[in-house]
Amino acid sequence: MELRRDVFQAIADPTRRAIITLVALHAMTPGAIAEKFDSSRQTISKHIQILTECELLEQKQTGREIYYHINAKKMKEVADFIEPFRKMWDDRFDKLEAVMKKYKPNK
Amino acid sequence: MERKTKIIAEDGKQEIIITREFDLPVDLLFKAYEEPELVEQWMGTKVLKLENKQHGGWQFETSDAQGKVVFRANGVIHEFVPGQKFTRTFQMENTPFDAQLEFFRFEAVTDNTSKLTMHIVYKTVALRDQMVQMGFGPGINMAHNRLQHAAEKLK
Repeated sequence: MELRRDVFQAIADPTRRAIITLVALHAMTPGAIAEKFDSSRQTISKHIQILTECELLEQKQTGREIYYHINAKKMKEVADFIEPFRKMWDDRFDKLEAVMKKYKPNK
Repeated sequence: MERKTKIIAEDGKQEIIITREFDLPVDLLFKAYEEPELVEQWMGTKVLKLENKQHGGWQFETSDAQGKVVFRANGVIHEFVPGQKFTRTFQMENTPFDAQLEFFRFEAVTDNTSKLTMHIVYKTVALRDQMVQMGFGPGINMAHNRLQHAAEKLK
């Protein structure tokens, strides 16, 4: 429960979501990630650290460089976590729409 | 499949914003929340009380196929502007969960389409996260009950 909340908060931040989106395309070095943002390198570094701690990103050493990869397994877990809540509302609203389409005012 | 319903749950905030566009004129969308018999149809719950006015009260109840009450929620209507918006509190009875404040806004997108925005404020960030994690709201029990009911009919 505790871990899941941390992950949830990690992905709620717009910058961190942007980082995930970038890294999802291909593995990147911290420097390459930071170049994509106006924020300071330290700020981006902190975001990367949070994402890594939550196991959303994984580090891999390639030669002298560290590359960040997306942890697909963890990402799926996170998507699954908010999805039932969204799906519940979507189903209810579908039902509302269906009921109201059949509705004939008798006034 | 297109994701019609959107959920916004920002970092460290004790609120959730749920939006959905409907293929319905705004008046019909509002009516679905206003008329008890319509609420009963789409929410799959029994409406014990629904006083659509300032300081009015509401209470919904769901029973299982054996008639046992499995869920009951109630609250107070704080503001009610027909066709546009209402504000209410929501609390599940016999649960440890604190009341939440809900703002409903109804807008016309075109003559035949509309948008609903539900803004829910919880007592704490932890409570909000817990509600989301459990996929909660009255929906789970109600959806489950409806399934069960449909299954009973098939027997």
